[in-house]
Amino acid sequence: MKVVIMGCGRVGARVASNLVNNGHDVSVVDTDSRAFRRLPHDFRGDTIIGTGIDEDVLRSAGIEDATAFVAVTNGDNRNIMAAQVAKTIFRVPEVICRIYDPVREDMYRRLGLFTVCPTTTISAMILDHVIGAGSTLGSET
Amino acid sequence: MYVILVGGGKVGYYLTKQLLEEGHEVLLIERNAAKVENFVERFGAVALAGDGAEAATLASAGAARADVVIAVTGDDEDNLVVCQTARQKFHVQKTIARVNNPKNEQLFRLLGVDVTVSQTNFILNLIEQSIPDRPFLHLMSLRHADLAIVEARVSGTSVVAHKTIGEIDLPMDCVIAAISRGTHVFVPSGTTQLEPGDDVIAVTHPREEDELRRLLCEECYP
Repeated sequence: MKVVIMGCGRVGARVASNLVNNGHDVSVVDTDSRAFRRLPHDFRGDTIIGTGIDEDVLRSAGIEDATAFVAVTNGDNRNIMAAQVAKTIFRVPEVICRIYDPVREDMYRRLGLFTVCPTTTISAMILDHVIGAGSTLGSET
Repeated sequence: MYVILVGGGKVGYYLTKQLLEEGHEVLLIERNAAKVENFVERFGAVALAGDGAEAATLASAGAARADVVIAVTGDDEDNLVVCQTARQKFHVQKTIARVNNPKNEQLFRLLGVDVTVSQTNFILNLIEQSIPDRPFLHLMSLRHADLAIVEARVSGTSVVAHKTIGEIDLPMDCVIAAISRGTHVFVPSGTTQLEPGDDVIAVTHPREEDELRRLLCEECYP
């Protein structure tokens, strides 16, 4: 499976090396070449310097053959835009988009993006632990 | 009209100034508090510090009663999300985005932004039009109809040279609206014969532009 990952932060680098170790073909895109240091030194995937909201950059990362696209930069809007480019322009079958802002996450989920919101997920886990399981899942702080 | 502007750079500044002079109600949203202060000092209480892509900011700006939301930050991703949020959450009738990468114009419209403005494309078009003897010119786009007006010069080697309009196999969704020959401009009929050197003004679907170019002035783009 070919996977393009945008954003080589802790999450991006971890997902990338995991997929590579499982035999998948991975390209990681980041605007900052220093970010690739987070990848293991023997990383066998591709690294591309550039922004994932640029169609040409995504093309050079091999998005046209990708089965999945993962947008995990630190910018919500960047992730949202790149995910929509992957979905509507390149018709990538699986598009995963991280959005920190729960309000924005809710809106784009309704619009059909597959979204991950660390804010609600982590808050819910913490609250579960503090108050008790099941009582607060999905609610806002 | 109530206009919400997002992005307090130079474009935002001059838009605010101009719109206020024209008597519109304007609110500018800008992340940088120092810039907001400058706006307030200069124009009065027309600026709000905050992230225009955040629904809460748009809500406190009264986006639900805005006639138009215009996103003119220097980042395309921010402009896109501002417009999509305005449309989805506040049902703003008209959204306008500045597009920095000209390739994003089409994408933005596909994703529901009503109007896109690309300075890069605008300047490129001006340059194209001011180069003499360019054999194929894109004159303007009629966005809502998804049509373009183009001008092309018929070359001597073109397959359509010396043929009548009726004989030409024009692409679908394309009509020849006018012909400029020497100092004479006229509307052709089916029996009008095209001559090398004619400037043809055609209305066409953008996807037929290349085909039309091949047909009329083949050797200019080998």
